Amino acid sequence: MHLSLFVTCVIDQLCPKVGEATLTLLEQTGCTVDFNPRQTCCGQPACNAGYENEAQQVARHTLDVLEGDNPIVVPSGSCAAQLKHYDQLFPADDPDHERALALAPRIHELSEFLVDHLQYDASRSGFKGILTWHDACHSLRELGIKNQPRQLLAQVPGVELIEASECETCCGFGGTFAIKLPDLSVAMTDRKLDEIETLGVDGIVSTDASCLMQLGSRLANRGSKIRALHLAEILTQ
Amino acid sequence: MSSPNRRTSQHNAPIAHLKANDFKNASQAALQDAPLRRALSRATDTFKQRRLGALEEVDDWEALRTHGRAIKDETLSRLDHHLLRFVDQATARGTQVHFAATREEACTWIADLAERLDVKTVVKSKSMTTEEIGLNAALEERDLHPVETDLGEWIIQLADETPSHIIVPAIHKSRESVAKLFEERLGAEPDLDAIRLTQLAREILRGSYLEAELGVSGINFAIAETGSFLVLENEGNARLTTSLPRVHVAIMGIEKLLPRWADLETFLRLLPRSGTGQHLTSYQSIFTGPKRNPEDEGPEEVHVLILDNGRSKILDDDVTRETLACIRCGACLNACPVYAQVGGHAYGSVYPGPIGAILTPQLAGSKEAVPLPGASSLCGACRDVCPVKIDIPRILLHQRNEVTRKLPMHAPFERLAMKAFARMACAPGLWHRSLALARPFLRFAAGSSLPSRALRCMIPPLAAWSKKRSLPGPARHSFRQRYQRKNS
Repeated sequence: MHLSLFVTCVIDQLCPKVGEATLTLLEQTGCTVDFNPRQTCCGQPACNAGYENEAQQVARHTLDVLEGDNPIVVPSGSCAAQLKHYDQLFPADDPDHERALALAPRIHELSEFLVDHLQYDASRSGFKGILTWHDACHSLRELGIKNQPRQLLAQVPGVELIEASECETCCGFGGTFAIKLPDLSVAMTDRKLDEIETLGVDGIVSTDASCLMQLGSRLANRGSKIRALHLAEILTQ
Repeated sequence: MSSPNRRTSQHNAPIAHLKANDFKNASQAALQDAPLRRALSRATDTFKQRRLGALEEVDDWEALRTHGRAIKDETLSRLDHHLLRFVDQATARGTQVHFAATREEACTWIADLAERLDVKTVVKSKSMTTEEIGLNAALEERDLHPVETDLGEWIIQLADETPSHIIVPAIHKSRESVAKLFEERLGAEPDLDAIRLTQLAREILRGSYLEAELGVSGINFAIAETGSFLVLENEGNARLTTSLPRVHVAIMGIEKLLPRWADLETFLRLLPRSGTGQHLTSYQSIFTGPKRNPEDEGPEEVHVLILDNGRSKILDDDVTRETLACIRCGACLNACPVYAQVGGHAYGSVYPGPIGAILTPQLAGSKEAVPLPGASSLCGACRDVCPVKIDIPRILLHQRNEVTRKLPMHAPFERLAMKAFARMACAPGLWHRSLALARPFLRFAAGSSLPSRALRCMIPPLAAWSKKRSLPGPARHSFRQRYQRKNS
């Protein structure tokens, strides 16, 4: 199968190794993967802050970049949800609305694609540790992803997965929300972390790079030993 | 603090006691209030658990929600028709129906009625609509004496506060703080337990019921087919409020209608489960006109006051109309991670939480509630629990767009930054070159040295991020650079 990778701006700039791990995973299954270097950002920052025109401009660029008919894998839930819902940015009579609708079924979040389309076997991962899963809001509520990542982690022999009762609670990031209301944003993060720190885990795993940035940054500031890890990092160990 | 002008504008605002533009300061203050946050987290967790328990007994909750929403959509699509039918049916059964376009009109009408009846004490059962119109303050201005009879509302009235939750008005108060309030205001013994506190409130309230000749209630549902209306409650106070006084006035927004009696089946299953996690509230009072014979029990006069106060404007808006499907259950407040941290008062509106964040700007105008659409991480937990499937995150986004469109001078730096962002994101060469230049700078800013920290403090977004979070330094080379090097 031939795939395209939309790596997302956060992974491109902050954690390129997660992008490389994603490539490795997909190639392990025999897929060929292309990466269009003209890709930039899905436009979510502008969209969520209320700048509709700017969000439309970025969406048009990304629609051009992702032109084609092969599946597109995105190692970040909220970016995948943004790409999948581009149609909401354009009025129904706009030609880009049609293009957005054609793009939507091609967009796949990483864990969903690995499980539902590639029947990926995660048992070859050598990762050892106790982990808890963070259900990123957009993966869970916009894309309906709940079981796929858990299924993958359960296949890794060295992983023990402990569920947090607050696994579905927002990490507090919310894009510009994290900057505009920083104390509130961190208070929301702490609500999750206070519970997670009692679980005795080594890491919090997710496939949303923005949530991981929020959780990881707060964990470091709290002086915690728990790490925020991307699923691709676990599976490629 | 507030200038006379500001007071005037608040007085004229369509929602009483509106201070929504103060969200940032108010939420900041709430975050410092440890007892408040403890009370909130305990209460919202309890309600969330109870709700989940109550849903388990319903075979197909999703189908019930879908059905509830369909009834609401049907109602809203022909609201004029259903309202007229309600008026005809209610009038035929002896209920007097009145309309008020604004909150001033509504308050004046009730105060005039009280004067005409020559009553001094007005008992009230819990009603968000009377909070919206600021009825208590309006009655007090006319030397009338309104008495809240819902225990939570009575506590709030005693403390001279506003409710902080749609169905649990005193959710922000602990038992200890209520005991202290009763001690200070009523001369009660110190540190009474919950039972003694309730007994005390009950004793005092009994007198008010007997004294009052006018009872004011809200309305949960009004039935167009029969001209009846319902009040749901748990304390029996609404039943006393609506049956002991000579005259009963019930107030509702235009959207509270259901077309048919049979529609109640759906909503009586949706509302208590979503709100308090009950199968059914302890009391459901159904009113269909005043008493018919002198020896009957109940009020001699029943009035329904139907309030617009900006609702018909929402009805006309194709994008936000679904806001009017809300049945005021409060489930979105309990589910919201923002509400759980800051509570209702931070929103500066009688309608707080996710539903308040979308309803307040629509009733009061987006200028009067600029921060509220932004008071959310767009996590979507509210949409998941809404019994009538209101897509609150979608409307929040729509309202964020409204703010940037209607208030061009709002957040000028953010506007500039977003314009620059969009421009760069559409020009891959510029995007990647700029980020390559920014990375060493950001790597330096993310360091732990003194100059690094000083630099962070000077750039507001970095300062905001790194006050309580470490700043993630970007990688030396981007994924794109590494990929191209490998594949060249």
